[in-house]
Amino acid sequence: MPRFLAACLIAFLLSSAAIAAKEEDTVVLGAAVSLTGKYSVNGKNTKDGYDIAVERINEMGGVKVGGKRFKLKIVYYDDESTPARGAQLAERLISQDGVKFLLGAYSSGLTKAMAPITEKYKVPHVEGNAAARELFTQGYKYLFAVLSTADYYLRDPVVLAAKMAKEHGRDPKSVKIAMAFENDPFSLDVREGVVEEAKKYGMKILIDDKLPPEINDMAATLTKVKAVKPDLLLVSGHEKGATLVVRQTVEMRVEVPMVASTHCDSAKIAENLAHAAEGVLCGSQWDRHLAYRDRWFGTAEQYAERFDKEFGYPTPYQAAESTACVLVFADAFERAGSLDPEKVRDAIASTDMTTMFAPIKFDSTGKNVAKQMVLYQVLNGAYKVVSPEKWAETKLVWPRKLPQ
Amino acid sequence: MENLRLLFEAPLLPVQLLLDGVLIGAIFALAALGMSLVWGVMGIINVAQGELVMLGGYAAYFLYRAGVHPLFGVPLAALLLYLLGWALYRTLIFRVVDQDLFISILATFGLSILLQQLANAFFGADVRTAESGFGTLVLLGGALTISRIKLVAFAAAVVTGTALVLFLKTSRMGQAIRATSQNARAARVMGVDTDRVYARTFAINAAICGASGALVAMTWVVHPYLGLPYTIRSFMIVIIAGLGAVHAVLASAVALGIAENFAGFIFGAEYQAAFVFALLVGILVARRFWLARQRRYLA
Repeated sequence: MPRFLAACLIAFLLSSAAIAAKEEDTVVLGAAVSLTGKYSVNGKNTKDGYDIAVERINEMGGVKVGGKRFKLKIVYYDDESTPARGAQLAERLISQDGVKFLLGAYSSGLTKAMAPITEKYKVPHVEGNAAARELFTQGYKYLFAVLSTADYYLRDPVVLAAKMAKEHGRDPKSVKIAMAFENDPFSLDVREGVVEEAKKYGMKILIDDKLPPEINDMAATLTKVKAVKPDLLLVSGHEKGATLVVRQTVEMRVEVPMVASTHCDSAKIAENLAHAAEGVLCGSQWDRHLAYRDRWFGTAEQYAERFDKEFGYPTPYQAAESTACVLVFADAFERAGSLDPEKVRDAIASTDMTTMFAPIKFDSTGKNVAKQMVLYQVLNGAYKVVSPEKWAETKLVWPRKLPQ
Repeated sequence: MENLRLLFEAPLLPVQLLLDGVLIGAIFALAALGMSLVWGVMGIINVAQGELVMLGGYAAYFLYRAGVHPLFGVPLAALLLYLLGWALYRTLIFRVVDQDLFISILATFGLSILLQQLANAFFGADVRTAESGFGTLVLLGGALTISRIKLVAFAAAVVTGTALVLFLKTSRMGQAIRATSQNARAARVMGVDTDRVYARTFAINAAICGASGALVAMTWVVHPYLGLPYTIRSFMIVIIAGLGAVHAVLASAVALGIAENFAGFIFGAEYQAAFVFALLVGILVARRFWLARQRRYLA
């Protein structure tokens, strides 16, 4: 028996030595993504985004660190869409698998659970799928986000409403806002942004409902909206909120000149509710028609084409954000000239690059301050960028007309 | 209080809320009818009720995608769920039917998690809708709107309720179900195959939930985590209405729908559910006093 154990031990040592030798020219990134549970759709988008980036970087010869070329590799675990599991897995990736660089999970809730752990172990953590503002007020030094924080999702519709008011000879102050936000951290952040923006113009918020997460009917809120006749209706309640507001405003004939929501692209409102969705505005992180480009994928459109072909579904912005995270790491490795987590962290902090996703530059809290949100309008069953004006594909159609 | 003022200034608003409440209540009523039946006959509180509604919604969604007219989608969804309900009884429920109430709650709770996760794994977490294509009834120049699918739902609830009463009163199976619910052992002694009665009862419940789910998918949306509110609402309705009274279930479901809509309007959507639960506690306490005065609480 002892002899058998010794043999096992030797075999184990040999094999681990072999792995170590092989891994010498590979940089391992770790990620917990939601492959099961309620974020499983977005979790897959995230993973696909990471995978395509790694594939492309390796195809181009990997990253060059201090004169030597390294391939990238990602170790994945399924976090089951639960924060507690995410935290466990972050711990496991770092302390058991020896991962020194972490890619973010999907959603703010999970990231909130994982950030303290990457902070504790001083492991750089770059994420593209957690937009809660709160993540960047904790003084985290190792957490970086390539996306815009949630409070930016629906600021643009407020700005546009002010512009439309001016164009029609009205004071922006007279614009009336109705809004309904789900009672979750993300949507409450979106709400904060809207409240700040509305205050700037001195607009009045007439309805400010918070939708409970289990809501499946917005009739009560929309009846109120119909009665007060606001100029702008804002909704954030993930895919469910987007679908319900589109469906029920038409059904109840709630005539509001401007309706904006988050998550309408992932809810596929243009595809599934074509007529009803006409004219609705959607805040989004990214669009394939943006003119950004990088040295890995070329333009956003080229990236999207490659993604569509490889995974067989239209590129969601969740994937582009995720790809950008890997690109940030690749860029930082090369500039740091080392794989020391401390040096890589400093290199990430001084990132100043453009990717097909967005320009990326982090402030001291780890937020990407170089990026702007995109605002779509559903026109003839397709999403068209209407803001920011620099990237706009078409002019805003105003007011929204309900289909008969 | 701004909202209350609004309510009095625009006289059509309360009418709209009332109408929506009645029509939504009808959809709740269906799920509650099923729960009341299973509870009364089998002594099981089915925590997976909402999941059956959710599966009915998916059935309707896939039928809609396959090009089936929604009017057929509702009965077809009911039929599919009938088969599923029967299968569920034969594999799981029959093991807990004569057991302690607690065991059946645990078992159906487990079933609800299983169904949720299976739906997530097979259908994905996407939010989906089935279009009924019925459109909206616009009255008084747009001041009052009723979506036709809600009217269909209301009619379906009334028809199902009536059919259930007739079925229980007149058919052989209905009589067997009633006999079993009165005293299962006596029924067995008299030659009723109670196992078959239970299987039928559970399958009928699943079918009713399926119809209600189909209507949910056509009125609102369907996704794997939709179930819980429907389970809770059914539970509430049955608690208020008592077991075995179809008209009471319909009435309290409609009352719940109305209360929920008004609460959502006046206090904001965030207090909609909270208000309804507060109301439930109030009703239970009041009823306890009322029963105490009648000296009936011991019975």
